[in-house]
Amino acid sequence: MAQVLSPVPGTFYTQAAPGEPLFKKPGDPVAEGDIIGLIEVMKTFIDVKAETSGTFKGYLAEDGAAISAGEPLAEIGA
Amino acid sequence: MPIERLLIANRGEIAVRIIRAAKAMGIHTIQAHSEADADMLAVRMADESICIGPAPAAQSYLNVDAVVAAAKASRADAVHPGYGFMAENAGFVRALDAAGITFVGPSADTIDRMGDKVAARQAAEAAGVPVVPGSKGRLDTVEDAVNVAATLGYPVMIKAAAGGGGKGIRIAQTEEELRKMAPQAQAEAKAAFGDGGLYLERAINAPRHIEVQIMGDGTDAVHYFERECSMQRRRQKVWEEAGAACLDEKTRAHLCDTAVALAKAVNYVGAGTLEYLYDSNTGEFFFIEMNTRIQVEHPVTEMLTGTDLVQEMIHVAGGGKLRQKQHDITRAGHAIEVRLNAEDPMMQFLPFPGQVSGLRIPEGEGIRFDHFLYDGYQVPPFYDSLLGKLIVHGKDREAAIALMITALEGLEIGGLKTTKALHLALACDASVQADDFHTQWLEPWLAAGNLKPTH
Repeated sequence: MAQVLSPVPGTFYTQAAPGEPLFKKPGDPVAEGDIIGLIEVMKTFIDVKAETSGTFKGYLAEDGAAISAGEPLAEIGA
Repeated sequence: MPIERLLIANRGEIAVRIIRAAKAMGIHTIQAHSEADADMLAVRMADESICIGPAPAAQSYLNVDAVVAAAKASRADAVHPGYGFMAENAGFVRALDAAGITFVGPSADTIDRMGDKVAARQAAEAAGVPVVPGSKGRLDTVEDAVNVAATLGYPVMIKAAAGGGGKGIRIAQTEEELRKMAPQAQAEAKAAFGDGGLYLERAINAPRHIEVQIMGDGTDAVHYFERECSMQRRRQKVWEEAGAACLDEKTRAHLCDTAVALAKAVNYVGAGTLEYLYDSNTGEFFFIEMNTRIQVEHPVTEMLTGTDLVQEMIHVAGGGKLRQKQHDITRAGHAIEVRLNAEDPMMQFLPFPGQVSGLRIPEGEGIRFDHFLYDGYQVPPFYDSLLGKLIVHGKDREAAIALMITALEGLEIGGLKTTKALHLALACDASVQADDFHTQWLEPWLAAGNLKPTH
């Protein structure tokens, strides 16, 4: 089990835009480098990418949540 | 009527700057803030504060109803918008007008007029301000384009007459290139807009960005000379100077005098800036747009001329007349400002806010730091990344750069990333020291790896 940690503080999004599908749903396969979320920090959007491959277990932070650097955002299983 | 109670509808360093100016004038200050900004420095400094909504700017600093309601609730007789947010929002100004509250800036009609590129260009031309030479109307044949280009001078920019947003723009360096590109541009314009008409404009290669600070009281207007703001990354200014060392006195006088003519022609009230492209090869300058607000880089002008521009704009907004005649306004020495952003210049300028610690601010003759920091302050991630502006003033440009290096070495902002290393590297760069740069200089300089972690 691996956690995806936030590289920066900001606002976390689980979809590219309101109404768009979630980047990942539980059970989805994840490849290294897949985008699993977005962080908005100081009017800039940053992709959050998976650093391991496996199966997506779920988000640990809600869409629109204020997060700090190093906070767990999602979980990826083997 | 002089302003007595001023609501500051902005945040960060400019809110602090406005409070300082208002307090010096004996004005009662009321700081508007979002829920995320309750402990920012401007809230601590103001006489009182009022919450205008949640963290997202759309629900607070950009919310017309919330800000007007806050102004009424706090019995403010005027609102200072700072820069950004609602500083150039004519609808906001009209809402304040309807509530009988003064906006510190020009009228809604002036904002509308100068915010419209075509109307602003016409107003500029009418006032004798040079604009980028272009074709009078649409061009339908290649021969028409060639004839017009001959009068404009090469290189020329080929645009679709019906287009916008930069789509399909081509630059022809010679008549031969124009003859090749014009039919392509026509075909593309026809496909994209259903109209093959073209528009030609002189292309300025590697221009400098020069701007003139003006101030008006509705009848009279003055200028506070020019600023040089060519050091840009992604169209964001990074390093600004006053004056522009590349100008000779005759060009400077022409630039500044025509800016005043435009300000007078539109009965301008408040602080404004006319932006120009300057071709240092030919010495020609061309109006691009007018900003109807105080600008981030106004401190270099204050250091150059000794005038407090924020106090002056509050004074004229309260119905006062300009307190200086043009001949009273003089320039001395040279000033430079650098923008300290919460970004990591070694990581593609990734924004990186955090909690401020180990803050050390340089002090001394000719050094000024406009900011909103204090030890323990948590910089929120919701707004832009500007932390502060380090400004220096020396007897000449060389002395100002030397003082900038000293001041930067004395500045410490711990707990987050900043762009300090970029500014130190720029101040030590031979091209910067030689004043040999333009608006397209910084990005290739960064791409070539000139910013090294050792700085």
